Amino acid sequence: MPADTSIDRVMRTEAAPRKRRWWRRKSDIGALDYARRWWMKLFVGAMFAMLYAPIITLMLFSFNDSRRNIVWKGFTFKYYIKAWNNDGLIEAFANSLTIAVISTVLSTIIGAMVALTLWRFRFPGKPAYEGFMALPIVVPEICMGVAMLVFFARIGWPSGMPWPLNLSSITIAHVAFSFPFVAVVVRARMTGFNRELEEAAKDLGASEWQTFRDVILPFMKPGVVAGALLAFTLSLDDFVITFFTSGPDTVTFPVKVYSMVRFSVTPEVNAASTVLVVITVIATFFAMKFQAPVKGSAD
Amino acid sequence: MESWKTNRFVFWVMSLPGTFWLLVFFLVPMSLVWIMSFGEKTGILTIDITWTLENYIRSTETVYLEIIWKSVWVSALATIACLLIAYPIAFAISFAPNRWKPWLLLAVILPFWINLLIRTYALIAVFRTRGFVNFSLEWLWDGANSILNFVGLGQFQLLGERFEALPLLYNNGAVIAGIVYVFMPFMVLPLYANIEKLDKSYLEASLDLGASHVRTFWSIVVPLTMPGIISGIILVFIPALGSFLIPDLLGGTNAQMIGNVIERQFKAANDWPFGSALSFLLMYATFGALALRAVLSREGGGMNA
Amino acid sequence: MTDAIISIRNITKRFGQVVAVDNISFDIPTNEFFALLGPSGCGKTTLLRMISGLENPTEGAIILDGVDTTGIPPNRRPVNMVFQSYAVFPHMNVLENVGYGLKVVGTPKSEIETRARDALQKVQLPELAERMPDQLSGGQRQRVALARALVKEPKVLLLDEPLSALDAKLREQMRLELANLQASVGITFIIVTHDQDEALSMADRIAVMDSGRVSQIATPEELYESPKTRFVADFIGKVNLLDGTVGSAGGKQITINVDGVGQLKVPLEGDAPSGEVAVAIRPEKLKLSSRKPAGDDVKIQGKVVNLAYYGNASHVFLETDSGLPMTANVQNDTRDFEGAIDVGDKTWISWRPDDALVLTE
Repeated sequence: MPADTSIDRVMRTEAAPRKRRWWRRKSDIGALDYARRWWMKLFVGAMFAMLYAPIITLMLFSFNDSRRNIVWKGFTFKYYIKAWNNDGLIEAFANSLTIAVISTVLSTIIGAMVALTLWRFRFPGKPAYEGFMALPIVVPEICMGVAMLVFFARIGWPSGMPWPLNLSSITIAHVAFSFPFVAVVVRARMTGFNRELEEAAKDLGASEWQTFRDVILPFMKPGVVAGALLAFTLSLDDFVITFFTSGPDTVTFPVKVYSMVRFSVTPEVNAASTVLVVITVIATFFAMKFQAPVKGSAD
Repeated sequence: MESWKTNRFVFWVMSLPGTFWLLVFFLVPMSLVWIMSFGEKTGILTIDITWTLENYIRSTETVYLEIIWKSVWVSALATIACLLIAYPIAFAISFAPNRWKPWLLLAVILPFWINLLIRTYALIAVFRTRGFVNFSLEWLWDGANSILNFVGLGQFQLLGERFEALPLLYNNGAVIAGIVYVFMPFMVLPLYANIEKLDKSYLEASLDLGASHVRTFWSIVVPLTMPGIISGIILVFIPALGSFLIPDLLGGTNAQMIGNVIERQFKAANDWPFGSALSFLLMYATFGALALRAVLSREGGGMNA
Repeated sequence: MTDAIISIRNITKRFGQVVAVDNISFDIPTNEFFALLGPSGCGKTTLLRMISGLENPTEGAIILDGVDTTGIPPNRRPVNMVFQSYAVFPHMNVLENVGYGLKVVGTPKSEIETRARDALQKVQLPELAERMPDQLSGGQRQRVALARALVKEPKVLLLDEPLSALDAKLREQMRLELANLQASVGITFIIVTHDQDEALSMADRIAVMDSGRVSQIATPEELYESPKTRFVADFIGKVNLLDGTVGSAGGKQITINVDGVGQLKVPLEGDAPSGEVAVAIRPEKLKLSSRKPAGDDVKIQGKVVNLAYYGNASHVFLETDSGLPMTANVQNDTRDFEGAIDVGDKTWISWRPDDALVLTE
């Protein structure tokens, strides 16, 4: 159609004199497609590279057959074997896992109960109570660490007890800073709960307990699992508070690694760290999977 | 939500364990430290609570004031660096295609889950004299020198006689880099939450009305995401101020922060009352920062972070 | 009132200082489709929730089939509810959802299955029994919620804004289905809605509520043609209200003096009012003509100030010579509407005296 062509030509000739920068040519990137712009991709890519490069090199060099640890000399498992044969390291690792498991169980139960209380009930002084529950989250780790040190020293908490009681003080401290996190996660999950589901169950004849078991608990579950995994990682990762609570015969993995790092940087530490990183990444993966919102639950 | 009176039994059973634990294993220890900060050391293992203010007065001595001041500016610089790096990242994630978002977010959060000690340790390998940065620089230096030799300028030694490794570790710069590296997720997440919440039609309206992208960013995006910016700043600044491990491993003797001084009082120096006082000064600073955030977010007029 | 299945007696509900429901009393007979209609915040949902037992009245009692329900928790009341969000349990499939109300009271497994499948048959969803809720459309979820409530064979079925989450086409279809379903199951339905069309097209009787009180309870036709108050007249359909004072009353007629219009004759039912009143005329009762109409009709002069075309009908916005705004609703019964009326036209506005109504409240 000739008419169309002429309009087309007019538009093109009018567009031509406008400033046309070379990077704008032939682009279908929309005005708000910032993520598709090359400079944005470059910046974000570079930042992610900087975020991951140290950890990935740390992991790669755990397989490096060189003590100098800077030039790639060949692939080896020998530092893993060395770490495995390091009794102190293995004991610390076992301690860390034991503490993490017990502290996770306790903080998940306590945290979920606190979350349910805050979600369900209105009571005098609630904002203050919520602030109180958030204290272990906001207080600097070092302050909480020294508080634990002072507390256990002052009340004369028995040391040198048989396993696993010798880990009790560390475990208590870990529960104290973990369960508020669990409470936050579970409560966040519960805010998405449609109260009409609970009312519907009661309306259909379910008792309080049946309503809790059949409707509230299944909804809560992903939050509880995510909270538990968070508590597990927090406990496994904690250095500062444990550093002040642990004694010479109750060394956890991070405390052990710390003393090794202070001494020297060795591929053995890389190997042990790699194992811990892999465990953490797997736990995080599961946490993410459970935290994903249940489809259709929001409406 | 119902009144606790409707079901007292359930209320007490549910709230008791958490309340008990926090009272006995958090509030009591904290109170002990607080009381001890007014105490005097009378022997190697004995401490008298004399309600003296001596420990607080001692913390205003120049040597400690310098460390407190350094802790503040190191944390502040690191927080600003975090903000400058995290904002574009949060912005890009928020404008990325939906199927990419969870993965990009995961990529930001994942390092946060990895042990702090391991991440700090990984940085040592990067920064130390024979670390990756210096190794790469040396390689570049060698390369540049051989090019100079090739073009016949080798005898002038333009790049110095030999490669000097940069002192990257055991200084304030390393501490700042470490804080930025470790606490970056704390900055990205609140920023992302705010940018994501932002109705993108505000941006379109601004562009439609003739504002440039830069102008739109400064006059629309930044004001509307201010609650996220404030949250992020507080979330990074507070743990940065109290950090112990990062300056301990990356800082060396001249780059100590208040956390290291506290640790020394409780371990090597064995002066618990003074350590307690310093510890509570840090706590007050933390609460001050939190109060500041509460005030700022209230002034933001309903735009809650 | 002997066969009332539900009797609301002096119910008041206060939330702190706010009075949500203010001393309401009425009865609903067995097998009626009853609607609570009103703007949001008028207390209709609170009233429904008190019937279900999810809220407890501050004062008064609800008598259900001769039994005072005061103090009976929701799980022991023979009433069931279809929630606004449907509240279909996301982690149970359709059959489990429908069977849940039977399971919790210990019904044998085999019976649950048969009755649940029966109920799904009633709402025409038998083939979706194994689906999960997130695989259902909004309309299907609503049917599941209906089946789940009906399977309990309640004495009264409560529906809280059941159609508000559906799109327009589906809503219209569901109105018809709900009415048919009610007729076939023979259970009293009480529906809460803010949509007058919904209430008018489904309900046998409607209670119009306004700020915690019942303004009028009547059949749809009565509500529309003989509203008792300005609120009801205005809330249901459109209405022209002309303020005036009572002139003379005689026999079956009364004259109202309206400023700038003159004396209007209006039929009188019951006692003669006095003082300030309003004359109400529905827009479709107004006739427009270019020449002065003959006969007894009330007639005033005005001009067309605006037109809104709605396909089947048009709204003609008028202004009387004295400056009063009025609206007429004209059926577009021929295709040449355009030429017939135009903005700025002078016109005669007329109506039969019997089509107007005096409102005192």
